[in-house]
Formats: sequence, C-alpha cells, structure tokens
Amino acid sequence: MSNNERAAVITGTGMSQVGRRLMRDPLELTLDACIAAVEDAGLRKEDIDGLATYPGAGVGGAGFTGAGVVEVQDALRLNLNWFSGGPEASGQLGSVIDACAAVAAGYANHVLCFRSVWEATAAAKGKGGMGGAGGGGAGSPKASGFLEWTLPFRAYSPANWMAMMAQRHFHEYGTTREQLAMIAINARKNAAKTPYAVYKDPMSLDDYMNVRMISSPFSLYDCDVPCDGGTAIIVSRKEIAKDMKKKPIQVEAIGSAIHGRPSWDQFDDMTTMALRDAAAMLWKRTDYKPKDVEVAELYDGFSFLTLAWLEALGFCGKGESGPYVEGGARIAPDGELPLNTNGGQLSGGRLHGYGFLHEACVQLWGEGGERQVKKKHGDPKVALAAAGGGPLGGCMLLSSE
Amino acid sequence: MTMCQICLTQPGTHCYGLPPMADNPFRVPPRITKQNSHFWTGGAEGKLNFLRCQDCQHWIHPAQPVCPECWGKNLKPEATSGLGEVYSFTLNTQQWVPAPDHPYAIVLIEFPEQKGLRLTSNMINCKAEDVKIGMKVKVAFEEHGSDPKKFYVPVFEPVEN
Repeated sequence: MSNNERAAVITGTGMSQVGRRLMRDPLELTLDACIAAVEDAGLRKEDIDGLATYPGAGVGGAGFTGAGVVEVQDALRLNLNWFSGGPEASGQLGSVIDACAAVAAGYANHVLCFRSVWEATAAAKGKGGMGGAGGGGAGSPKASGFLEWTLPFRAYSPANWMAMMAQRHFHEYGTTREQLAMIAINARKNAAKTPYAVYKDPMSLDDYMNVRMISSPFSLYDCDVPCDGGTAIIVSRKEIAKDMKKKPIQVEAIGSAIHGRPSWDQFDDMTTMALRDAAAMLWKRTDYKPKDVEVAELYDGFSFLTLAWLEALGFCGKGESGPYVEGGARIAPDGELPLNTNGGQLSGGRLHGYGFLHEACVQLWGEGGERQVKKKHGDPKVALAAAGGGPLGGCMLLSSE
Repeated sequence: MTMCQICLTQPGTHCYGLPPMADNPFRVPPRITKQNSHFWTGGAEGKLNFLRCQDCQHWIHPAQPVCPECWGKNLKPEATSGLGEVYSFTLNTQQWVPAPDHPYAIVLIEFPEQKGLRLTSNMINCKAEDVKIGMKVKVAFEEHGSDPKKFYVPVFEPVEN
C-alpha cells in the first residue's frame, strides 16, 4: 500500500498549564507547550526545522488562538525549512497531517506542531467569542460569510448548528439523550483521574438529565468547557528518528477528506458530515481495521460529535452509536474501546483538537498514570485520534508496534 | 469591561460583537451586496429567491459567481415555490441575547426544488414545542430597515392540512 505518512513518526509531546481563567500570557502558554514537546523528544532547538499550527494568528475572536507560526518562530528563534499555519485545514489535526506530509517529502526533519487557546481568560476579560468563525469578523457591522446564514436567523452559536445535526440523528436513528449522556458521563469519570482536567466532580445520569438546556437536544453537559492551555506534538521523519529518547510512535494512516459541501447546513448527510469522508480515507490507507484499535480519542466539542466519529470510523454501524455507548461499559477504560481517556474537551477542557492526539500518545507511551489503559498485553498499541465536526474533520491512526 | 453590543448586560463571549438590527434586537443584520440582494429583498414581492443556473437548472445557495455543477455563468435569481419541510430544528434555551421568547425554535428548512437546498431560519405562528421534523411549511417575510435599505428575512409557518 502506497502510504507516505508512514514515513512520519511522533517523537514528543508537550502541554502547558491547563485551566480556567489562568490570566496568563497566551504566547507564554504556547511556548511552554512547545518547549516541553522538544524536551520530551530529547531534541535541541537546532533540530526543529519545521513549524505547523491550527488556526494561526488573527483568526476567530479573542481567545481562539494563542499564537501563530510567526510569533512562535521568532520567540523560539527557530531556523525553518518548512512551516504552515491556517484555519483552512481538515480540522485542527489538519496541521499535524500536513506536517506528516512535509517530513515524508523531506522538506523538514522535525516539525513542531502546536495549538493553543485562552478562551476562558478571554471570556473573563469580556473579550471572547468566535467573531471570525465563518468570515463575519469581530467588529464587522454586519453578518457575512457563513454567519450571513446563521446570525440573521438567531442561530448565534455552533451549539445551535450542531444541535440540528444531532436532532436529525435522533430523528433518523432513534438516538436518545440518555445515550448522548454516556459520552458526557464517561468523559467526567476519566477526567477525575486526569491531573489537568477542568471538571472532576462525579456526574450521574440524573445530574445530566436535570442540568439546564442550551439548545435541544444539547444541555450544558453536552458542550465542552472553554479553557486556557497549549498543546504541542513533534512530528519527525522516521528515517532520521533513530536512537530517540522515547520510542517513536508510528503514524499508520491519516484521513483528511471532505466529499460533501464545506458548509454547516448544506452538507448532504447532516448526521455525519466530513467525518464520514475523513474516516473512510483513513481506513483505505491501512491494513488495520477498527477492531484493532485499543484506545480512541474522538472529538467531543459537543457530545454528539463523538457519536458521529464512532460511526464514521466504523466502530459501530451507521446510526448505531446510541446503542453502542449505552450503559457506558464498552467505552470505559477497561471496556472494548476505551474512549476519551483524559476526559475529552467536555470535562478535560477545550484544548481544541490537539488534546485528543496528545492523549493518544500518552496512552501508547504508557504515561497515563492513574488513567492509563491496560490491555492483556500491557499498554495499548494502536490508537485513533480524531478531531473536528461539521465540515471540519481529520483523523490519525497511530501505533507503538 | 467591554459590554457586548447584543447582550448588553453581559460580556460578549458568544455574540460576535455585531450590532443588532435597530428594529429587532435579536437578529444580526446581513451584509447586503449585489450578489445576495435578490435573496434579502425578494420578500418585497413575497418571493423566496435563490440564484439558479439557466443552463443546467441547478439552484445555487449561497450565491456565487459560477454554477458549481456546470461551471457556467448564465445565472439568474428565481423564486422557489416558497414551500419546504423541516429537515431539522433546535429549541434554543441559552440566553445568547436577552430575548423574551426562550426557548425559540431555529429550523433547518429543506426545499422541494432540489435535494439538499436548505436554509437555516425561524418559525412563526407555531409554538416552539410543536416544531417537528418533516413538518410542511411555507415562507413568510419579516420586513426590516427603511427605504432604500429595506430587507426581508424569510421565516416559515406551518402549512394548514
């Protein structure tokens, strides 16, 4: 199988302090994560010759991005052979997927990939919001771009747009709020064992069913929690990543496809959207099968998106994700498919995509501490990380074999 | 502390910093251009207009300079029947703005003219809790602004059986 992403490996990861309203300089959080990742890989400043990020500087409202490529290059005084940063990618992991291509092509040896947010602090300072999402632009007097088709109709938030995806899924497949709850409850249980997680108090099904609604069928607990923090991943060229500090994680396959319209409300199948295409592409690029995956870190910006990823990736049939997660045993750390082992974004904090890839690496390296998944043979050997929802979707299959 | 121009009462974490319509504080006005004015002014004649390719008959939404199917440029606005069906919906409870009518329904209408031709909108003459997927609806228009900058927001109401 021609699959050039196998020329890429992950050699280190890093994370800054993560939390609510840290009131810290977003660039500093970003750099903390970047430096931690370089040190984790056992590399030196001189080794880093590539830089990639999502979504780059100046995108979205305050808090949506902590730094872009230019700021980080200058702050760390890096000499780069390749760099890329921007919001038009196959979801947040699109930047990492691009980095895999860059090392496979020989443009760079070690690409430092990063994503940082400070939405909790921005909100506390009264600056927040997603102003630029879709092209309206903060400070713009009128709605344009995709926002032209949402704001005049009082659909102010992505919660509204994605609630309609979930409602359609409920309609077509009989999915219920009790089933959706399993994603939130599972995340909360796992967060209790994750040192940096934002919400750790136990959540019962009653708690979930009785919390206030946001936009039906989503309640407060179906929406992720804005936080501050940075995450970084080192993607290295396999043939030069010998004798590394840690055993490199193999990138087995990536998925970056979107075959429907890049729109939140015009996509052909609103119950899956780009996730369907990204996941199908991934499985076409590898001999591994869904049953081989031993830990899955699937985006939960809204709980429903995890259900949509479970189906798209073939862990269950189309429309069957509700029954698949029912009761929660199957997705628990000792279940058939341990899911969102760090609490995801629902309880862990909205690190926005990169947190899932970070956690997949933590699990493969056996660094999860109290939350480490243990299979019969030991630490998991095959992991899936997926990020995005709606028209944004990217996924990566990783192995430590 | 900067106050949100829409929320007025709370710092704006969710409302984009865009000013509300003067005559309806809960809708953010669209930026009307030559390319989209057929949509936002069609309501003056009671028409729900979308751009349509005159060569291959494809309905185009949102408007763009070429037909996405045949890449031709022979495009003109045409009115749909104004009929549609609720493809999905959500009842919004969160107070993004201090509107008096929470929860209110946001609906995604699909039009019979073309599979997948949809519009996010709102319902009138219908209780929020009565909105159902598959419900047959027809267009109505809310007038906003004043001459010469009047525009019309298409909203939907149930079709009587």
